Amino acid sequence: MPTSALTGSRLRERRLALGLKQADLARAAGVSASYLNLIEHNRRRIGGEMLARLAQALGIGTEALAEGAAGALLDDLRAAAAESLGVVRAEIDKTEDFAGRFPGWSGVLAAQHRRLGQLERAVSALNDRMTHDPHLSQALHEVLSAVSSVRSTAAILAESEDIDPVWRARFHGNLHQDSERLAVGAEALVAYLDGSGEAEEQGIAAPQEEIEAWLAGRGWRLDGAAGDEVAALASGAARVMARDLLARAGREALALPLEPFCAAWAGGLDPARIAARFGVSVLAVFRRAALLPGDAGAPGLVICDGSGTLVFRKPADGFALPRFGAACPLWPLYTALSRPGSPVTALVETAGRLPRRYRVQAFCETRFPQGFVGPEVREAGMLMAPFDGPPPPGVLLIGTTCRICPRTECAARREPSILSEGG
Amino acid sequence: MAAHVLLIEDEPHIAEAIRFILTRDGCRVSLHGGGPDAVKAVSTARPDVLILDVMLPGISGFDILSALRADPATEHLPVLMLTAKGQGRDREAAQRAGASLFISKPFSNAEILAAVRSLVAG
Repeated sequence: MPTSALTGSRLRERRLALGLKQADLARAAGVSASYLNLIEHNRRRIGGEMLARLAQALGIGTEALAEGAAGALLDDLRAAAAESLGVVRAEIDKTEDFAGRFPGWSGVLAAQHRRLGQLERAVSALNDRMTHDPHLSQALHEVLSAVSSVRSTAAILAESEDIDPVWRARFHGNLHQDSERLAVGAEALVAYLDGSGEAEEQGIAAPQEEIEAWLAGRGWRLDGAAGDEVAALASGAARVMARDLLARAGREALALPLEPFCAAWAGGLDPARIAARFGVSVLAVFRRAALLPGDAGAPGLVICDGSGTLVFRKPADGFALPRFGAACPLWPLYTALSRPGSPVTALVETAGRLPRRYRVQAFCETRFPQGFVGPEVREAGMLMAPFDGPPPPGVLLIGTTCRICPRTECAARREPSILSEGG
Repeated sequence: MAAHVLLIEDEPHIAEAIRFILTRDGCRVSLHGGGPDAVKAVSTARPDVLILDVMLPGISGFDILSALRADPATEHLPVLMLTAKGQGRDREAAQRAGASLFISKPFSNAEILAAVRSLVAG
C-alpha cells in the first residue's frame, strides 16, 4: 500500500480527534513515541505492517491513510496560492501538511478557487459576448430600431396638431406595428440573456468543462445517454458539442462493435492495428477505448487540436490534467502533434511526491475538410494507462503544467513554478 | 431653394418619420434603402446632406461612407450618421470613416432637425 506525505498528517489528525496521546498510540502500535512523532510530522514514510498496526490502533482502514484523491486537491491548492502571490503569500511548502491536517478547509479553499475561476471566465465571456456576439448584436439592433421608430413617430403625433388625417392614420399604424415588434424583440432578448444566466448560475462558463462534468457524472460512459440529458446541459454550446459527441460515438460504436473490439483491446492489440482491422482512424480507437461501457479500467485520454489546446480531457487515475492554460510541453501528445501519422509510445512518470508511471500512446491525424486548397486540420490524442511494473531505463519525466510542476531543472520549462519560488 | 437631403435607411418607419419632419421643416427628402447601389445613388442624387444609417443590408454605412470619401465628387459631402446608442466603437468608426456628425438611436426629432440644419448651414 503506497503512502503519501499526507499519511503522517492524517494519522495525527485522527489521533487528536480520538483524544489519544502520542504515547498511547505509540504503545498500542508497538512503536516508540519519538518515532511516532517523526511519522506524524511526515519525516518518516511508513507502509505495510507498521501502517496496518497504526490504522488498527486508530480504528480505521489503511486506505484512509493512503494517497487518495490528494493529488488533484494539492494541485488546486497550489494553483490558488499561485494566483494569490501578488496579494498574499501562502506557505506553499506547507501545502501537503495543511491538506492533511485540515482536509475540510482544504476542500473549501480548492472549491472556492475553482468557483472563482469559473466566475472570472463567465465575466470574460459575457464581456466578449456583448462585444462580439452576432445574435445579441442583432437582437439589440432590432430593439433599438423599433424604439427609434416609436419615439420619432410618437413625437410627430404628439407635437403635430394639424397633421393630415391620412398621415395621422399612417403613423398610428406604424406605432402599432413597431410596438408589436418591440415586444417581440424585447422578449427574445430577455430569453437569450436568461439562457446565458442559467449557465452562469450553475457555475459553468466553458462548454468543454460542462461536457466533461456531464461525462464524469456518467462515469465517462456514453451507453444509455439520451437526448434529455443533452437538453439539460446549461449552455447552447455544450448542447451542440454533446450532440456531436454522441453522434460520433454512435458511429464509432457501429464501426467498432463492442465484443470484437474489447477482445482486441484486452488482448493487447496495438491501436493502429485495431484501426486497420476495423477500417477506422486511430483516434476513433482511442475514443472507443477511453469511453468503454462498464470498464472501470478504461484508460485516460486527452485530445488536442492543431494549436495544442486540449479539447477533450478524460483523466487517468493519478494523472493530473491542467484545467486552464497549456499542459506540460513534454507530453508525448505534442510529439505526436509534430509528427502526424507517426505513432508515439512512451513510458512516462508524473511529478510530485508520489510519482506515478503510465504507458502512453499518442497519435496525430490530419484532415483536409476544404480540399486541396484549404488548410490542414490536425487533431492529436494521447491514451494514458497506469503502469505498475518497475521503472525501466529511459522513462520520460513529465508534469501537469509548468506553473505547479516541481521539476525545477526541466529543460522545457516555460515559466517559473510557484514551488521553486518558495511560495 | 429647399435643401436636398438623401436618407439611406432600411427601416421604413424610421425613414418615414425622418422624411416627415424634414419635409415639414422645408427640406426635400429622398429615400434609399441601402444595398450595393447606395454609393452610386448618392453620386447620382448629389444631395446637400446625406443621412446614413450604420447597419444596412449588404454593405454597411461605414463602407458606403468610406467609398464616398474616396470619391472627389463626394469627399466633402456633409454626412450625418445614425449609430446605435452605447456602441462607442460605432462612433469611433464613424469618425474615422469621415462622418460630419453622428446621432445615436433612439434619437429625438429635435436632434435630427438640429443636426440637419447645422449641416445645411455649413
